Amino acid sequence: MSLIARLTERSWEPASDQHAWPDRPSAGAVGLSVYAAVAMVMFALLAAAYVMRMGLHRAMGHAGDDWVSMPDPPLLWINTAVLVASSIAWEMARQAAKREKAVGVSAIASVLGLCFLTGQWLMWQHYQASGFYLSSNPANAFFYLLTALHGLHIVGGLVAAGWVLALGSQRHVRLCALYWHFLLFIWILIAALLVLT
Amino acid sequence: MATTLADDLRPLHHPRSWVTKYVWSQDHKVIAIQYSVTAISIGLVALVLSALMRLQLGFPGLFPAIQPDNYLQYVSMHGMIMVVYLLTALLLGGFGNYLIPLMIGARDMVFPFVNMLSYWLYLLSVIVLVIGFFVPGGPTGAGWTLYPPQSITEGTPGHQWGIATMLVSLAIFVAAFTMGGLNYVTTVLQARTRGMTLMRMPLSVWGIFTASIMGLLAFPALFVAAIMMLFDHFAGTSFFMPTMQSMGRITPTEGGSPLLFQHLFWFFGHPEVYIVALPAFGIVSDLISVHARRNIFGYRMMVWAIVIIGALSFLVWAHHMYVSGMNPYFGFFFATSTLIIAIPTAIKVYNWMLTLWRGNIHLRVPMLFAIAFIFTFIHGGLSGLFLGNVSVDVPLSDTFFVVAHFHMVMGVSPVLVIFGAIYHWYPKIFGRMWNETLGKLHFWITFLGVYAIFLPMHYIGILGVPRRYYALGETAFIPHSVHLANAWISIAALIVFVAQGLFFFNMVWSLFKGPKADPNPWGAASLEWQTPQTPPEHGNWGPHLPTVYRWPYDYSVPGAPRDFIPQTEPRS
Repeated sequence: MSLIARLTERSWEPASDQHAWPDRPSAGAVGLSVYAAVAMVMFALLAAAYVMRMGLHRAMGHAGDDWVSMPDPPLLWINTAVLVASSIAWEMARQAAKREKAVGVSAIASVLGLCFLTGQWLMWQHYQASGFYLSSNPANAFFYLLTALHGLHIVGGLVAAGWVLALGSQRHVRLCALYWHFLLFIWILIAALLVLT
Repeated sequence: MATTLADDLRPLHHPRSWVTKYVWSQDHKVIAIQYSVTAISIGLVALVLSALMRLQLGFPGLFPAIQPDNYLQYVSMHGMIMVVYLLTALLLGGFGNYLIPLMIGARDMVFPFVNMLSYWLYLLSVIVLVIGFFVPGGPTGAGWTLYPPQSITEGTPGHQWGIATMLVSLAIFVAAFTMGGLNYVTTVLQARTRGMTLMRMPLSVWGIFTASIMGLLAFPALFVAAIMMLFDHFAGTSFFMPTMQSMGRITPTEGGSPLLFQHLFWFFGHPEVYIVALPAFGIVSDLISVHARRNIFGYRMMVWAIVIIGALSFLVWAHHMYVSGMNPYFGFFFATSTLIIAIPTAIKVYNWMLTLWRGNIHLRVPMLFAIAFIFTFIHGGLSGLFLGNVSVDVPLSDTFFVVAHFHMVMGVSPVLVIFGAIYHWYPKIFGRMWNETLGKLHFWITFLGVYAIFLPMHYIGILGVPRRYYALGETAFIPHSVHLANAWISIAALIVFVAQGLFFFNMVWSLFKGPKADPNPWGAASLEWQTPQTPPEHGNWGPHLPTVYRWPYDYSVPGAPRDFIPQTEPRS
């Protein structure tokens, strides 16, 4: 039944077909999508703050003259590639027919996730060494804030992945894979924002 | 598949000891009570703060212990506690937790463990908030809006540690709310019992459901703003902090945008008004329908209005920022969108009144509170029509008119609904009845009292008396009558303050000494009154989930043997 049909139901009249069990996706999948929406809003707001602070709305009194863009080190591209590889591994795990294979491939995917985190850490070190400190410029501050929040989501995903590996449940592997794709999507948007500005 | 849907008890975590049953509980009913008790306790702190403010405003100079710094701290903490830690937590964490599974026929929330975590994080956020009262410099005095740069600049009370505890506490609160909100939304979508279509849910569930979605989308703005301000405060970034001269020194920050914070804050702050209002709208619809023995007028319109109000409330935030200065076209846009909200809201008000029209009205205590809500809400809504216009708002914005407006519309109104709702569901929650006389006494003092408090404030505000001022002093434009009115307001406020003791006494005394309640004392049709036990036991429904055959508003149906037909009764 479409959403419109559901919301225009004449509740006070008798209905014939409503006593079958409704066909619903799993609670985990729904909960995960709702959470993805929450995280999406958070990153979207940060992106909005980013462009406002850059000076897009100077007429409204938002500042921006002090903004100095950061260089894009090659590590940025390497980390992105690692995260893409990790996501591909999760996808393979999700589609694996056998439980053992699914769990094995998710272990590889998790290790790749750890590599991404390490890469991000190295990138922070690289910027620190080149004098791009947190407080020296708003562009730097936004960079550290965005990567830190994204990194925390990755950490959360890895904790969940560790739990799933211990449990060995194929249903949960699917949820992990979806979450990971979502994090990749967010990361590509963040990286695009960082590279383009 | 969602395990709570199935007709078996296995997936439920059966509590084994007293501790897992009442302390580390995963039962939505226990969590609801934990949420409510915590919220009401911290709400009492905010109530005491308001009494202290009124002592100062009504009788300036009489209480030397209240210094200007203290006064600002009372204002700030009172506002933040009432809006976030009391109203949001009580309506969603308290009523949401209790009512959603019972009203839609579920055994529990779909993620009981996350639900438990949500409460304990909420408690942590309250503890961090309370720590703010004891740190050096005291709590923040920046106003509940916490606008930078002043909130973290020398000269504002609590600019060092008070603001830090506040921001950390808010960030924890947002995490707690996200966990709870995920549960409320997913449970409504997933765990409705057989026959419970979306349009057969009671309006209480619709209000709480929509408010939860709004909370999930709005609270991230507060979270981001809090984190960014913590960076500005401790790491020396300049997201919000412009170049300033403070105490004769140039600050190291430069170029930050205070307006950016205001946008983030109000992108949360305005939906927050409706996060508090929508559950109240929903609950009051059910109270009116049950106690007037009539089906709610225009059920579908009521649902659509809730959803439309929820959506529109994300497009109006800058009406809180008219005085911050903005492009006139922006002001025009936000004034228009603000006034458009009046349309679905008015639909709701008309429908409440049309439900009462020719109803068989029983003036029991919950109904008294529900009707009182219609008064105060219309009242606060009408003054909102004034303030929604830029040209009217600019002179009134920093006066008591605004204080009167928002207290009527989002302070008093939801609180009256909360009182009504507690009186209404108390027999189900605890299986006991409260004392009717005490309840009526509590109602009349509170209802007449809030009018005695907030009606004169409109008048004071139009005279131009500024808000957030410690003392008015000798000012030419303030006539003597304002001081008289202030004293009057304070006396009324103290009477209302003391009268709340009647409510607490009634509730606690009835818990032990109240007569045993009938399982369905009001003759209500919705599902939560049809549980096999009162109070409902763990798992809510005994061996089998209920099946729903009709909407929850079959009251006074012609030809029916009783004046209500429960949702579980098959159609003949």
